[in-house]
This record gives sequence, structure tokens and C-alpha cells, in this order.
Amino acid sequence: MKPGVVPLGDSAVLVQLGDEIDLTVNHRVHTLANLITTSAITGIIETVPAYATLLVHYDALILSFTQIKNILREKLTQIQENESRQPRRIEVPVRYGEELGPDLESVASNCGLRVEDVIRIHSEKIYTVYMMGFTPGYPYMGKLDDALSMPRLETPRTRVPAGTVAIAGSQTGIYSIESPGGWNLIGWTPLKLFDPNSDSPFLFAPGDEVKFIAEE
Amino acid sequence: MNVALQVLSMSLEVVDINGLATIQDSGRIGWRRFGVPSSGPMDAFAFHAAKKLAGNASNCAAIEIGLGDITLRAKRDCVIAVAGVGYNLSIYVWDFPLWSSYYVRAGWTIRLTKLDSGMWAYIAISGGVQTQPILDSVSTNLRGHFGGLDGRPLQAGDVLRSGTPSRSLNELAARTLPESALPSYSDNPVVDFIMGPQGNYFADESIATFMSQEYTVSNTSDRIGYRLEGAALKHRRKAELISEGMTMGAIQIPSNGQPIVMMADSPTTGGYPKIGTVASADLLFLAQCVPGKSKIRFQETTVAKAQRKYRELMNGLDRIVESD
Repeated sequence: MKPGVVPLGDSAVLVQLGDEIDLTVNHRVHTLANLITTSAITGIIETVPAYATLLVHYDALILSFTQIKNILREKLTQIQENESRQPRRIEVPVRYGEELGPDLESVASNCGLRVEDVIRIHSEKIYTVYMMGFTPGYPYMGKLDDALSMPRLETPRTRVPAGTVAIAGSQTGIYSIESPGGWNLIGWTPLKLFDPNSDSPFLFAPGDEVKFIAEE
Repeated sequence: MNVALQVLSMSLEVVDINGLATIQDSGRIGWRRFGVPSSGPMDAFAFHAAKKLAGNASNCAAIEIGLGDITLRAKRDCVIAVAGVGYNLSIYVWDFPLWSSYYVRAGWTIRLTKLDSGMWAYIAISGGVQTQPILDSVSTNLRGHFGGLDGRPLQAGDVLRSGTPSRSLNELAARTLPESALPSYSDNPVVDFIMGPQGNYFADESIATFMSQEYTVSNTSDRIGYRLEGAALKHRRKAELISEGMTMGAIQIPSNGQPIVMMADSPTTGGYPKIGTVASADLLFLAQCVPGKSKIRFQETTVAKAQRKYRELMNGLDRIVESD
């Protein structure tokens, strides 16, 4: 897919780099985001990476759509030449199963696996934080091994505790605050994903690499 | 800060409230890539007008009130300014028009009574409402329970602090924004929107429907989103896409074909096709609709026209008439 720059209203533009969940495309999104941030362009307010797109919020009193489109088109050519990344690596201790991972067994039986295999398969890969959204600090990560592919729950739960580790489709996530949730809950981490009063309020950032470590 | 200073800066007490009041500044900017919505005012124009009328700087906060009444009591002499739609303002024993600033003496009550039209008003106080910033903003994030006053709506008994007024109270009082600078609010507005990015997810007939028919603003509308009821739009193919960033004003069309317009507290990303985005200058028209009653129509515009309209609108704030 040819990258496109389209308006999302009069104060944001969407840079479209793909239309599927794909790690290579997602890495390009993060590279572009970093490039724009380090360029510190007057009038660009902030960027929001997603799977295959980057939303750029800008001040319409400073930049016209034509101006921002040209700036971003230029940045797009720069990322093709410069694709090296140095993502942070974050380790996440997980207590699999038990009370806070109530779906672990049904995931195992649905996938035709033993519980130990689900834990091993989930925790052996290094995931990329594709994007964040839904609630402050919630990471959408992938790519989850196909062997663990499960649909979302038909009826979402009304309250999922913060720290709960979950899977759905080709992704894995961690609930960052207590909220409703429709993913399959397989474990829990004591790490705090979001603390509004802290100097570092967020455990994760888009583009980070994540490794789950099963706690005994 | 010593106790005496703390007491001196206490300025407004909430006596009574039956609406939804939250502390908002111009918005929580810089954290959207972490999933933090921008929050901030539903009607940015009225918010900035109240703020400017009270002589406050750019990042000062005000009280947003909607859906019902609020009564405040001044704990010390101050200047307040009120701007918005659908409220009657009375200070002490007199009624006053909105879009102006007023000298309020310690002990006087300020009452905003909800009328049948409109939705939101902003009460700014000289020196701005002061509270602990969270993630660089004092805007209230209701879903996340942070920002503003402990992340919650105001309730009777709350006492709000204010900062130092930018000028003397006499200089700040009796200023007004003339009617010529005000947008033409309406109970049934026409709302400009910019097409896309998923315009191509909808058949031509659906797009034509979207642009010609009336939508009722549902009474389930809130600070997260305004739901619209009308003829359902049909998706050409899938009713979902992989999530992408969203902004206030984005018009999502979920599988039931009924549009939802993202508002101040909407999530930062979403996976439903967006037929378009409301122009920034027209968000205030939609925000001031009456849920369950108002009907709106959409009108397509270009980014260039929308930006020009927005610029003219915000430049209108410079036309504040000073007191004599």
C-alpha cells in the first residue's frame, strides 16, 4: 500500500502506512513518530501511533493542511533510508492462571494445549507494543503465536483488575486500570502500568519490546 | 505553603449542584499516544471567552457546568466571567447576561440556572481555578479518576482555590464580548464536517443520506460522545478497521449505522470507520445541542475553509470590550 497523508478534520492528519496488523509496518510507524518528535516542528502538537497509521495533531492557527502534508511527505521519504530502531526492552513478571487469570484453562483446552504449553508459548516471545489506547497506559502487543489465537469473549466482563494479562486474536495486552474487558484473561502482573502522580506515569511507550516472565 | 496562604486563596464554595460540573483547562496535551484523552471543554470557544473575560492566561482553568444548575458562594472579592449557552446567571440579587465579567463581593452567591436550550457554560474566576496538575493539565479525566478535583465532578461543599488576578479587580470587571463576535448557536444547527478517512467504506447513497438527513442528538450523549439517531448508514464492506488515532469531532459509524461523534473525553483510538470529522469551528454547535431534542444536519466543507472559519472564530475573542 502506498503511504498516504489524509486529513482527519482540520487539526489532525492521518499518515497511512498500511492497512493490516504487521510488525514491519508498525516499526515504520514508530520510526516516523520518533523522526517527527526529534524534528520539533512548530505547529505540530503530538503524534499518536497505531498499528499501521500515525495520527499527527497540529495547530490549525499555525499550519495549513498543505503545509503539514508537505512536511510529513518529506519525513516519509526519510524513514525509508533510516530504519534502525533501538527499542526499550521491558520485562513483565506474570502469575499465570489462578484467580486473576480465569480463562487460562479454557484457552488451553480451546487451543488443544496443556496449560504449561500456553504459558511457555505466551512467555517465550518478545512482543512489540504496537500502540496504546482504550485506557491510559494500555498496551496493544504482538505478534501472539497463532497457536494461542482466541476470539474476544462474547460477553465482556464488567470489571477487570489493573495488571491483568490478556490475549485476543493475534495480540496480547495488560489492563492498565480497572475497566470492562472483553479479552481472555490468563494471568496478572504486579507492575503498575499507569500512575498519574509519578514522574514516570507510564510503564510502556509505543514501540517498546516486552518479555513476559512466568513467576513460580 | 502556610495555612494562612491556603485560606486566602480559597475563593469559590460549591453551595448546591444538580448538574455535571468539572474543572477543565484547555485540554491535556502531550499524552495521547499513551491512551490519555485530551478532556478539556466541550465548547472551546465559550471556555476561552470566559477565560479571557476574566483576564486569565492561556493555561488557566475554569468550571464547566452542564445538564443542570449550580450555586457558588464567593469566599473573597473576585471577578468572575461566564460564557456559554442555555443558562441564566444571577449574582447576589441581580440577573446578568452571559459573555461578560462581573465584580463579586465576598459572601455573594453566583447562581447558574439551566434553561431549556443549550448545554454547557463556563465560569472563569480572576486568577484561574487552581488545583494539582496531573500529566501537565488540570482537566478532569472522569473515566480515569484523575485531574481536576480528585478526578471527579464537583459536589456541594467543595471549595475551589484561585490564583492571583492578572490585573486589579476593577479593571477586570464589566468587560464584555460583543454579540457580533459570537457564533450563531442554534438548537438545530447545521454542522460542517470534513469527509474521510473512511468515506470509501460507505456506498454513495449512504453518503448522500448522511449529508441530507436530519439526525436527532440522543439523550444518551455525554462528554465521551454524542450519539445521533436517524436513518442508518450502510457499510459497503466491513464495519470495522484496525484501530487508528481519533480526534474530537471524529464521526464513527459502528455496525448499527448510527453515527457517534467523539467528544472531549473520547478514547484516543478507535476501530470503527469514520465517515468524516466535524470542523473545529462547528464542534461548539454540536456540543451546545440539547440531548433528546436537538436535530442537526451535516454539511461538507474543505480543510482550508474549515481552518479559515476557525481562525476567524478565535480571532473574535480579541474583540472584548473593556470596562469604562
